[in-house]
Amino acid sequence: MSKVVASLQEAIRLCGLKDGMSISFHHHLRNGDYVLNMVMDEVSKLGIGELTINASSLFDVHLPLITHIQNRTVTKLCTDYVSAGIGRWISQGILQEPVEFRTHGGRPSDMLLGRTPVDIAFLAVPTSDTMGNCTGKVGKSACGSLGYAFPDAMCAKKVVVITDNLVDYPLQNWSIPETYVDYVVPVEAIGNPAGIVSGTTQITRDPVGLVMADLAAQVIRYSGLLKDGFSFQTGAGGASLAAAKFLKEIMVKEKIQGSFGLGGITGYLVEMLQAGCFQTLLDVQCFDLKAVESLRTNPRHQEISSIHYASPTAKSAVVDNLDVVILGATEIDVDFNVNVHTDSSGYLMGGSGGHSDTAAGAKLAMVIAPIVRARMPIVTDHVMCVSTPGRDIDVLVTEKGIAINPAQKQLKQRLSDAGLPVMDIAQLKQMAEKVTGIPRKVPRGDRVVANVIYRDGSLLDRVYNIP
Amino acid sequence: MRRSMLFLPGNTPNMIIHGDSLGADAIILDLEDAVAPDEKDAARILVRNALQYQDFGRCETIVRINGLDTSEWQLDLQTLCPLQPDFIMPPKVGSAEDILKIDHYLSQLETQLHLPPNAVGLIALLETALGIENAFAIASASSRVKALFLGGEDLTADLHCQRTAKGEEIRYARSRLVCAARAAGIDAYDTPFTDVNDDEGIWEDAQFARSLGFTGKAAISPRHVKAINQVFSPSEKEIAYAYEIMEVIQAAKEQGRGAVSLRGKMIDAPIVERAKQTIAMAQALQEIGGSNYV
Repeated sequence: MSKVVASLQEAIRLCGLKDGMSISFHHHLRNGDYVLNMVMDEVSKLGIGELTINASSLFDVHLPLITHIQNRTVTKLCTDYVSAGIGRWISQGILQEPVEFRTHGGRPSDMLLGRTPVDIAFLAVPTSDTMGNCTGKVGKSACGSLGYAFPDAMCAKKVVVITDNLVDYPLQNWSIPETYVDYVVPVEAIGNPAGIVSGTTQITRDPVGLVMADLAAQVIRYSGLLKDGFSFQTGAGGASLAAAKFLKEIMVKEKIQGSFGLGGITGYLVEMLQAGCFQTLLDVQCFDLKAVESLRTNPRHQEISSIHYASPTAKSAVVDNLDVVILGATEIDVDFNVNVHTDSSGYLMGGSGGHSDTAAGAKLAMVIAPIVRARMPIVTDHVMCVSTPGRDIDVLVTEKGIAINPAQKQLKQRLSDAGLPVMDIAQLKQMAEKVTGIPRKVPRGDRVVANVIYRDGSLLDRVYNIP
Repeated sequence: MRRSMLFLPGNTPNMIIHGDSLGADAIILDLEDAVAPDEKDAARILVRNALQYQDFGRCETIVRINGLDTSEWQLDLQTLCPLQPDFIMPPKVGSAEDILKIDHYLSQLETQLHLPPNAVGLIALLETALGIENAFAIASASSRVKALFLGGEDLTADLHCQRTAKGEEIRYARSRLVCAARAAGIDAYDTPFTDVNDDEGIWEDAQFARSLGFTGKAAISPRHVKAINQVFSPSEKEIAYAYEIMEVIQAAKEQGRGAVSLRGKMIDAPIVERAKQTIAMAQALQEIGGSNYV
């Protein structure tokens, strides 16, 4: 028996795709993904329309999607993140129905609860056998973890696996088992390896970034959480990676044996694992080749699904055991609400991803940002879009000093006692405004182009069109 | 307290705006070597505006002016002295006469600007063989001179030798400069470590400079500031020892004893002086938030 079908079009036909259905994609191939465009081209040729796309993230490699929206092949988007190119089209109002933004934990939760039913999941996988046992760890397009693809495989009525490395049955060490898969489609290439993972992720050389990273590591050191059993997540941004490097130096020097490193995994977290800073890495997504290699070869580096990572309705999720997370922000307001959806002109250029999941779960959620980015103060009176509620953000680290959420009195005391430059968040805002002046409010339209749905399913905020 | 002095090119607004955030005790706003000849005026105006409008907090400001052999140095002083940076750094100082020349010009400026006499202090940059040989004369030429600073790059060119990471070729100059500065009762600052990618080398170089008696060290990269600050800060052990010495001295004074020893080691006047310096530095560090964030 084999589930291999000759072409993508045949698989689409066999799945019974019809007008108005919902189809899903994961984003592990990031900006190197060929599969979403490949599927949509076939769907378009078949003349099927009014579709909902539920994608864990959309990158600018997916810009051909705009044509499918203009042709009404696609009329609704659900996603956790959009790159700036696609974001600009959405902000200009290309879709009649608002885009639904979820979190990386909220997306699988809503799929499993049946709130966002998926008719067909198209899973790009770097290696699959003829029955659909598949993995991202090997193959010419290896991306490492397939964490975000698990809920799609588990919840969609039909599942199509698309691979450029079809192997004999049974594949060893699979991630997603054949039990979920209906059809397997071999193609020449699922993506461009250069855009899937970077060769190496580099820590910042920007002196201001390094100052912030050093301060972030000191905040962790004196938070009271840095002890044996410590758990940690950080992003792939330059300053976040530098903070991980400084943290590693402290952990090695003080012989602290952490429990786990979580999240999107980079080579720096792999180095921390190898240096004995963690017992294990829990990996929902690999950001670079070193992380992919480690996931493939080190049994202490473990792949997890997005459900396991962050779903608020799972019986338990890893984020709930997280000590510290380092996060970014395009804006943060004096009530610590964070915007990671829109840029300073109000255009969509991001999304929560795991931001609000980890902020809600971690004991210490820290945002790192310079007080002025480009020409704008990072601290505002009110963020243009609430991506993560301020109640879940504990610390803002800037190059000028750190601001502690007033709810965290004990933490404020600890960090002040340690001699760290603790300030009021309004002070940081004033410092920035002294340089930049007070920016005028960005004009916005009156049409809602996106709804920001919090991890529990409630509506957190709305994003309006830019006229 | 001036452990680290970070060079920032005078024509880089994106660097200068972060000057007080990079951890250095002082920033040197450079109008000389870091600025191309056709950008001298732009740099001078930018540095003037930065000193006028920017709050550098506890970070001292030093302006490295153009050399006395150029037509720029007087214009630099005319433009910047009204803003009263903490120090002016004249480069390539070769003799006491150089200092007297600047001193004379500054005195005139101070009168014009209604500033008190000797309001403008100097940190003399010695970076020629002649300057090193005249170090004590330079250090004691005027009460404006508050410190000597060694420039290793130009010096090695003048000495016709290669500048190396280990720095054997400037060992004599380092020692001579420290000795001259201390003899004149002023501070001594070491040349920057120039390999910005050598994260280990900066520690060794700074430790060696401290062992020779330098007060602090300059940096051309913000990445070197932390190492310099840590090396030139007293360690917890040194601070504890200094307090112990002062306690023993106090006890001896109360008991009317002359000769004092601590764990078998005689405590004489120089040791007491060093202990006082260490305690003063520890207190200064405490004021800026302790040694955790340096």
